Amino acid sequence: MNRRLFSVLGGALVLTVCSPKDDGAARAAPPARTDAEEVQAGGTITGKIKFTGTAPRNPTIDMSEEAACKAKYKTAPTEENVVAGPANALANVFVYVSAGVPATQKFTAPTAAVVLDQDGCRYHPHVFGVMVGQPLEIRNSDPLLHNIKALAKKNRGFNVSQPNAGMTKTVSFPTPEVMVNLECNVHGWMRAYLGVRPDPFFAVTGPDGSFSIKGLPPGTYTIEAWHEKFGTQTATVTIAGTESKTANFTFAAH
Amino acid sequence: MISSLLALVLIAAQDTTAGKVVYQKWCAGCHGDNGAGDGEAARFMLPHPRDFTGAVYQIRSTASGELPTDADLLRAIDQGLPGTAMPGWKTRLSDRDRHNVLAYLKTFSTFFADTTIKPKPLQFSRAPGGGSGADALRVGRQFYDSIGCRKCHGDQGRGDGPSAPTLKDDAGRPIFAADLTQNWRFNGGGSVEDIYHRLRTGLDGTPMPSFSDLLDQKFLTDEQLWRVAQYVRSLSPAEAPAVRDVIHAPQVTGPLPRSPRDSAWSRIDSYWFPLVGQVIKKSRWFDPAVTGVRVQAAHTRDSLALRVVWDDRSQSPDSAWLAHIGRVLAALASDDSAAAPAQPGLWPDQLAVQFPLTIPQGMERPYFLMGNATAPVYQWRWSSQGGAVAGLARGLERFEPLAGGGTVGAQAVYDHGEWRVVLARALATADTAHELQVRTSRAIPVAFFAWDGSNGEHGTRMAVSTWYFLALDEPTPARVFISPVIAMALTLALGMLVVWRAQRPKHVL
Repeated sequence: MNRRLFSVLGGALVLTVCSPKDDGAARAAPPARTDAEEVQAGGTITGKIKFTGTAPRNPTIDMSEEAACKAKYKTAPTEENVVAGPANALANVFVYVSAGVPATQKFTAPTAAVVLDQDGCRYHPHVFGVMVGQPLEIRNSDPLLHNIKALAKKNRGFNVSQPNAGMTKTVSFPTPEVMVNLECNVHGWMRAYLGVRPDPFFAVTGPDGSFSIKGLPPGTYTIEAWHEKFGTQTATVTIAGTESKTANFTFAAH
Repeated sequence: MISSLLALVLIAAQDTTAGKVVYQKWCAGCHGDNGAGDGEAARFMLPHPRDFTGAVYQIRSTASGELPTDADLLRAIDQGLPGTAMPGWKTRLSDRDRHNVLAYLKTFSTFFADTTIKPKPLQFSRAPGGGSGADALRVGRQFYDSIGCRKCHGDQGRGDGPSAPTLKDDAGRPIFAADLTQNWRFNGGGSVEDIYHRLRTGLDGTPMPSFSDLLDQKFLTDEQLWRVAQYVRSLSPAEAPAVRDVIHAPQVTGPLPRSPRDSAWSRIDSYWFPLVGQVIKKSRWFDPAVTGVRVQAAHTRDSLALRVVWDDRSQSPDSAWLAHIGRVLAALASDDSAAAPAQPGLWPDQLAVQFPLTIPQGMERPYFLMGNATAPVYQWRWSSQGGAVAGLARGLERFEPLAGGGTVGAQAVYDHGEWRVVLARALATADTAHELQVRTSRAIPVAFFAWDGSNGEHGTRMAVSTWYFLALDEPTPARVFISPVIAMALTLALGMLVVWRAQRPKHVL
């Protein structure tokens, strides 16, 4: 049974669609989720996430202090607070199973590292997830100082510097936490959000607002969708067998 | 040996129940009953008291993200955190009480509950020699630039780097990049070793990161990181400045130095005076950005000049700091006098130099906080937006400029986080009823007030000093030097005369 919650906000008027295009900074695709070996069979939850209303404009970033970063863009880069696609699709929503997976069920974290790259004085990806214990490699592709501060409550935060291009640091997180905030204090606009999960049942919406969570064993699950500006929404989905269910969410822009 | 044995015994005997009693009596007022850094006094403090529930600590010997050792926590308890409201408790509480309270404050966070995890201190090397030599300092400066210290701490280290206005702590409260020219205010201590340790561990909870990875990944050698620490240490004086009560103004032979850049100032003694927040009258100010002024004075036969120098991270008004002002006003409780919450504004930097209206005969002086209705004070007021005026103050908010602004002149320079302002005036003026008539060889009371507009300071929200003294020294007359020489020559001549007389062959008559 799919359910939409909290989705009604009447009178959606002019819809500004912000381009998610990543101006000059050449970019690898967000790291692929490597949950295949754990989860072959099972059900799938897919969905599309949209918003109603007018998306706030992403502020332009003033990179005049950092020529090396500025040079990586043809047009002035903006923050990525609300990345919208066609037809009010909402990207960068972290969708995960917040309840329903039996606590006794253990999942092995992939050994392949998820990469967080600092390139052009922005984080790539901006919103992403790792499993508990999974390596996260933080990399600096800029020839200048970034510090990476992780703000966590359930995990230990940290604050390390990477003043040179090519520096890396690999960390992992022992405790589930949605979200761990990552920020650079040298460049106040640099923020990334990391969901740490005990299982592989999470996804981040792409530019078309869609997501897919595969391999769920039969059960009734609470699905939570988290967005950095628009907050969270939940839905309850029951999976029987290998069926595919839909869970759409609509946020109200504010 | 005995003391370390005693320490071991005390650590073994840590008692959280007894610690709670100590905590509630001495610590809870700021840190809160539940250790969340939300005690009664917390809302008047920036930086805010430590929130023990997250177990995030600035001053550690462990890697960034790790828990502190007991020794780290005890150091903070014993010595306090300079530059903050946290005092040292070593002389105030017994060894047992301090160890017990340490055990108790660890109970506020679940991170300490897993006693199998023992925080491991980093292995620190020893400082390489020659750290104060020119070559070492040049290397230190090179890496100070290359690893990006200047981004926050600024080109000259005064905490005025391009990222400085945006800095926040973990709770989103405003935080200043340390002014590296004031090592006596460094939270973790001001020695070369302290600085090196902070570079290695970072200050968790603040924007200051750990630079240990640079060593591990061989982007920097350990010696080079030590050179950075030694360079940073060299930015502060060898000793923390001491307060001397009387500013001596020598009489200069050349023209009065009216420019802040005049080389004559380099030959004149400088006096340091600490400033504190104005917390006596509403609306009060608990977060003064100007922590002290350095003052020099000189005079000629007819004029007086004062050079006041102070560190200020911003040349106000500066819109880059507007968001910081908003954060300061949001983080600090205003006292109950404010009708509406203060809105951030683009305020200038200001300085006031205060004298009594007449030189007092005895020790009685007007009220230091800008006089009162019956006993006004005479002030020079300088603003980064409009030069200087002289006037009379009859209380904190009752300043009246003299007609035409009086006769005080000002020249100011802002350079890399430092204001240098010279205020000059004739010793005697026409308006004797409203202007202090300055005379030599007298102790003239003087006090200082400063506002950092980009920290939200204006009106009664300022930094204040108490009364000190200014003395215009008379030049030493030439006879002071010549008389002893003449006296010595005469003494010598007389002595020789006596000897000559004594040695003269005696004539037997």
